[in-house]
Amino acid sequence: MTTTPELSSTPLLEIKDVHHSYGSVVALDNISISIADNEFFALLGPSGCGKTTLLRSIAGFETPSSGSILLDGVDLTTLPAHKRPVNMMFQSYALFPHMSVEKNVAYGLESEGVDKSEIRRRVGEILEIVGLAAFAHRRPAKLSGGQRQRVALARAIVKRPRLLLLDEPLSALDRKVRAEMQLELKRMQHEVGMTFVVVTHDQEEAMSMADRIAVLNNGAVEQLDTPLGLYSRPATRFVASFIGSANLFDGIAVAGGIDIPHLGMFAVAHTLDLGSPATLVVRPEDVLLVGPSETILSGLVVDTFFLGGSSTVSIEVPSLARPIHCTVHAANVAAFGERVGLTFDLARCVVVENPLN
Amino acid sequence: MRKSGFGRVPLWLTYAFLYVPILIVVIMSFNSSKNLFVWRGFTLDWYPAVFADNAIMVGLQNTLIVATSVTVLATAIGTLMAVGIHRYTRGGLIRAFAIAPALLPDLLMAVGLLSLFSLLSMTLGLYSVVIAHTTFAMAFVTAIVLARLANLDPSLEEASRDLGATAARTFWRVTLPQLAPGMVAGALLSFTLSLDEFVIAFFTTAPTTPTLPIAIYSMVRFGVTPEINALATMLLFVSVLTVIGAQRLTRITDSL
Amino acid sequence: MARQPASSIARKRAVQKWAGVPFLAPGSFMLIVFVLAPLILILGYSFFQRGRFGGVVFTFSFDNFARLIDPLYVNVIMTSIGMGFVVTLLALALGYPTALAIVRLPPKWRTIALVAVLLPFWTNFLVRTYAWILLLNNAGWINQALQGLGIIHDPLTMLYTPQAVAIGLLYMYLPLMILPLYSSLASQDAQLVEAATNLGASPWRVFRTVTFPMSIPGVLTGCVFVFVPAMSNFVIPELLGGGKTVLIGNLIRDQFLKARDWPFGAALALVLTVLLIALLVAQQWASRRVTEGPKEKKVTSRA
Repeated sequence: MTTTPELSSTPLLEIKDVHHSYGSVVALDNISISIADNEFFALLGPSGCGKTTLLRSIAGFETPSSGSILLDGVDLTTLPAHKRPVNMMFQSYALFPHMSVEKNVAYGLESEGVDKSEIRRRVGEILEIVGLAAFAHRRPAKLSGGQRQRVALARAIVKRPRLLLLDEPLSALDRKVRAEMQLELKRMQHEVGMTFVVVTHDQEEAMSMADRIAVLNNGAVEQLDTPLGLYSRPATRFVASFIGSANLFDGIAVAGGIDIPHLGMFAVAHTLDLGSPATLVVRPEDVLLVGPSETILSGLVVDTFFLGGSSTVSIEVPSLARPIHCTVHAANVAAFGERVGLTFDLARCVVVENPLN
Repeated sequence: MRKSGFGRVPLWLTYAFLYVPILIVVIMSFNSSKNLFVWRGFTLDWYPAVFADNAIMVGLQNTLIVATSVTVLATAIGTLMAVGIHRYTRGGLIRAFAIAPALLPDLLMAVGLLSLFSLLSMTLGLYSVVIAHTTFAMAFVTAIVLARLANLDPSLEEASRDLGATAARTFWRVTLPQLAPGMVAGALLSFTLSLDEFVIAFFTTAPTTPTLPIAIYSMVRFGVTPEINALATMLLFVSVLTVIGAQRLTRITDSL
Repeated sequence: MARQPASSIARKRAVQKWAGVPFLAPGSFMLIVFVLAPLILILGYSFFQRGRFGGVVFTFSFDNFARLIDPLYVNVIMTSIGMGFVVTLLALALGYPTALAIVRLPPKWRTIALVAVLLPFWTNFLVRTYAWILLLNNAGWINQALQGLGIIHDPLTMLYTPQAVAIGLLYMYLPLMILPLYSSLASQDAQLVEAATNLGASPWRVFRTVTFPMSIPGVLTGCVFVFVPAMSNFVIPELLGGGKTVLIGNLIRDQFLKARDWPFGAALALVLTVLLIALLVAQQWASRRVTEGPKEKKVTSRA
């Protein structure tokens, strides 16, 4: 696993060697992650990768078999769930159906024993921020999905935790509302000045909202990086295929590049052991179409998708199992059945280890 | 999160409360003395004694007649009712009405039925008990089958109709087989209910045709004997098998 | 489908409208004749009078209700309500923690646990009542155990007391309290407990502010299921109370089968029914209040 950019200041949350297993199933495999103060952080991965287990471990609903979770230097694993200074926004919102919006939001403050007038003030304040002041006396059953989510958020934020955990915050919303909420969440995080840790399986969501993302797979961190870093410099084959779309070519690492059967040698810098199985990652926008006789690599166009500003062309190349996808910012790039030549912008390509062999 | 082991205490307390009395009844049915408070030794003698006791056998015979009749009638009528409600009504009032007998106090039903039978100058006998029990068992069958209907896939019936089957054929070949587990569970429950039912039978039967619970009641009023224990143990066995069978068939507790 | 003549469409519609009849008829007949009619009859009888040799004389009067005010009968009614109350409270005290414990069991144990609670309920009730005679008798098992352990010297008189009746009734109807409680608790969203915990509530506070309030409809249902049957049972007061504890059920039984004063018995049955309806109404109102909240005041729209 790789961890890039080092945090310049003391991390807010330090997950150290956290290991969690149920019998023979390992949910978290000695994970270590550092999250900075005021950061919008995402835990991204397919279902079963361990991201939810990690989130629940931070919140206190799961106990790791070993390792520690330090918040401001204090080990959270020594505290029971209700004493931890972290708050969570649940995927299903988990609003108390027998309480009004106001009472829901006030619940956490009441548990702290905060003074009644202070509670009223803070609840009023937060309801203004999320735009639900008019609904204070409604019951959750009478709210829309988006409104319920804002109540769930308000309820968690009003306690001013150092860290806010969000479990798949946008999964229950439909597309249009989802796009709005992405902006809302980002805005709110800045306005309130809190650290957000979001768990999601949707890479577009993570990429658009987060400052840094930890990509998890099978209980381990594949890569921890900024969105741009993950996209342009994927560290593993998994990250390359999970984030964005990519053309993957399996071959053998050689000095100064990678040797791909039937296609030849491609010069890309890497640090892999010579002779080990490797994969060349070429993003569709780094595939360039040229005349069929200009290069060795050529094929037949089998599909073109025109999506507004750009076209994705699929080219079938003999000796390759799957077509190569190429994205060009224009229309009418190539006709069906046309023979084209392909080159790769190797400066932007990456070679990663191939664990599948 | 610490598992609340302490929270299990009330559970064990409740089970102890519920089962200790039953255990005593069962264990003492094997006691070789007539004294039910002291254990003297093991014997199986009380069991054959049950079958030799005329009062018990008459009661048993009557009860079996009643229970079987009730089972058949209640299952048939209850199932039809459930299908009728599910398909042809909007539920609500008629559903509540159909299930109400299960919730009314049995004493109320008992005196009501007695009054009715008397008004109609019907002489009481086993058949009056059958009628009474059927009305009340029917409610349970309806409830169970309705629950099952709610979970059925309607597209199966539609597919059948689409393939050319008439409504009757669809009902017989598609709907009914799917309802079968619910019906059997309802039947088993009806049987058990009728078997054990005391209050309504007490009011609606003739003195010459006692059911088993009534026979037991007469015996118990005079004192306790190991024969009753043996009889009770056997009844317990039958009821347990029936309930477990019904549970297996419909997973009734799943719908709770 | 080609256009059909109007008459055939009408006929089809008529067929459809009556299609439900063969299904609903037998059951409806049974319900009307053997449930509704008896209840109406009882209602009616309470306004009539006893004939000289038993039977009913159809002269309208309020005499039966006047008799109810007699302190003797008021006493019985009050005792019954009191007994119903006590048994219900005991059932709640024992049943609620039990239901809670069952809900918290791992799923595969829950079914077994529930069936285990149900099982005694489906066994012969006379037998179950009779078992308590064996337990509570002066020479019975509980006394033997206590004496054997040296906790007491002389046997406690437990049988033929109101307490014995209460225990017998509790024993009889406890499963009826546990089932609706379990149902209500099991249908609660587990995440609500987590959310409350995450917001800083201790386990006790979570129970007090989330779990319990949301279970109130189930509690009320359980109470109704126990209260009324506890009052109308006559066998247990007889067998375990030695006839010293007289409840409404005993009174009704006596009027119908011994004194042969059916109209008066009907009046008493009516009292029972009224209590039942009152309880049901209270239960519905309270449930709705808990789940839906007090009626919202009209919000003057300020958009």
